[in-house]
Amino acid sequence: MSRVSVRNLWMEYPGQVVLERINLEIESGEFCVLLGPSGCGKTTFLRLLLSMEQPTRGRILLDGEVLPGEPGPDRGVVFQRYSAFPHLTVTQNVILGLEFAGSRLLGKLFGAARRRAVAEAERVIEAVGLSAARDKYPAQLSGGMQQRLAIAQTLIRKPKLLLLDEPFGALDPGTKLQMYELITRLWREEQITVFMVTHDLKEGFTLATRVLTFDKIRIDPQEPGAYGATITFNLPLQRRRAGAADIVAV
Amino acid sequence: MTRRLINRRPDRAGLVAWGAVPFLIAIIAYFIFSTLRLAENPNDKLLPGLATLGRSLYSLGFAQDARTGQILLWADTLSSLRRLGMGLAAATGIGLGFGIATGVIPYVRAGLSPFIAVVSMIPPMAVLPILFIVFGLDELSKVVLITIGITPFLIRDLALKVGELPNELLIKAQTLGASTWQIILRVVLPQIAPRLLDGIRLSLGPAWLFLISAEAIAATDGLGYRIFLMRRYLAMDVILPYVAWITFLAFVMDWVLRRISRRYFPWQNAESQ
Repeated sequence: MSRVSVRNLWMEYPGQVVLERINLEIESGEFCVLLGPSGCGKTTFLRLLLSMEQPTRGRILLDGEVLPGEPGPDRGVVFQRYSAFPHLTVTQNVILGLEFAGSRLLGKLFGAARRRAVAEAERVIEAVGLSAARDKYPAQLSGGMQQRLAIAQTLIRKPKLLLLDEPFGALDPGTKLQMYELITRLWREEQITVFMVTHDLKEGFTLATRVLTFDKIRIDPQEPGAYGATITFNLPLQRRRAGAADIVAV
Repeated sequence: MTRRLINRRPDRAGLVAWGAVPFLIAIIAYFIFSTLRLAENPNDKLLPGLATLGRSLYSLGFAQDARTGQILLWADTLSSLRRLGMGLAAATGIGLGFGIATGVIPYVRAGLSPFIAVVSMIPPMAVLPILFIVFGLDELSKVVLITIGITPFLIRDLALKVGELPNELLIKAQTLGASTWQIILRVVLPQIAPRLLDGIRLSLGPAWLFLISAEAIAATDGLGYRIFLMRRYLAMDVILPYVAWITFLAFVMDWVLRRISRRYFPWQNAESQ
């Protein structure tokens, strides 16, 4: 279960309201895409979901509980850049989450425990199609492969929420299509709730079961910072429960 | 087809040849002037000739000293390298600990960075008398001088590097369940290790400077001690080989550190593989 409720959320910086009056109920297993122009607060909203920042007012509940004040293993994230650790190979990157959980003191597993972790990682690496590159460093991978790695790394901790911050923004169109297929498959298999920020409309409507658009509805020309953005549309989509073939057709 | 000067590059053999030219010029110039001076006055001590240099090199590096029974060059090298090694080791340990702590933990940063910024402005040579008074004239004060001299730089360099780590990586580690300690151990430390080696490489020059200064002022052996002792006798035939030897040692240390950095942190240059 991973139900997200947002209650009257406001986010203000000194002299500037970024988000105002955000109210949301997201059912477990939805694929929410956050759309909107640049600087409209969709990334800020994602940062709030991740607890990188604290809301000024209001609260966010995950399964009825207020979010903890800092990032944790219940919410996985894939950024547009710097997603994987450059000093670790693909396998080492993926087992890292298991090592943090299994070894409080060293954060590193040895012997049989490590072999079990590697075996579990292998399954996830296979799922994202990186088996052939398992001993490579991130810098040796293409952009799409790096994002696959970041997703695999995140999934191994089985987070309740998967937060994606323009994860495919830097990829070429062909690679994007492969990534849509991959993320759709993993989302379906893992029964995970996804929030994805993008400014690619087509991408949003291809992937989402719910599209949330952020925009400012009130603008004070004398004081642009006086009003923040809010959710202007909350569109549930009848997503076709079909495979990659349709995505490629889009 | 003549290309612009900025587009012409020496090939592999050319690189070696061009690199050797300044060395050859320096050596040839030395012996030309040495020969000229010796022709004028065979007892000239300023630019000793090849024969004199060879003789003193032999007596320094292979013959036992009449007074102590030791081979001077090796005994001096051993003492100096021990001081340098202890100083560098202490500075590395302290620099790493404080550098990471100030870089990673905001409360430590708030508490320590103004202090470190001020302390790093103290000229180390100015506190040398204090060190001699507090720690005595033997080994400890020299090691402490080297440590004091390079630690603030290492701390600030490492703290800066930690600050340059993308915030995304620290957030990502937290979403994988890492504690502060685990983040330091598995994310921060491995990524700044190459920078630490670079920092030590850059500190080698100052470290030698502090070592030789301390040895010049109060010591009974060591490379710096010998040079300053021989100055009284204008013994250029000893001083010049010693300077060359010190340069060689420093160069080798730098080279070894660079090799370690390449060998053990292959991910740094992973793109090119």
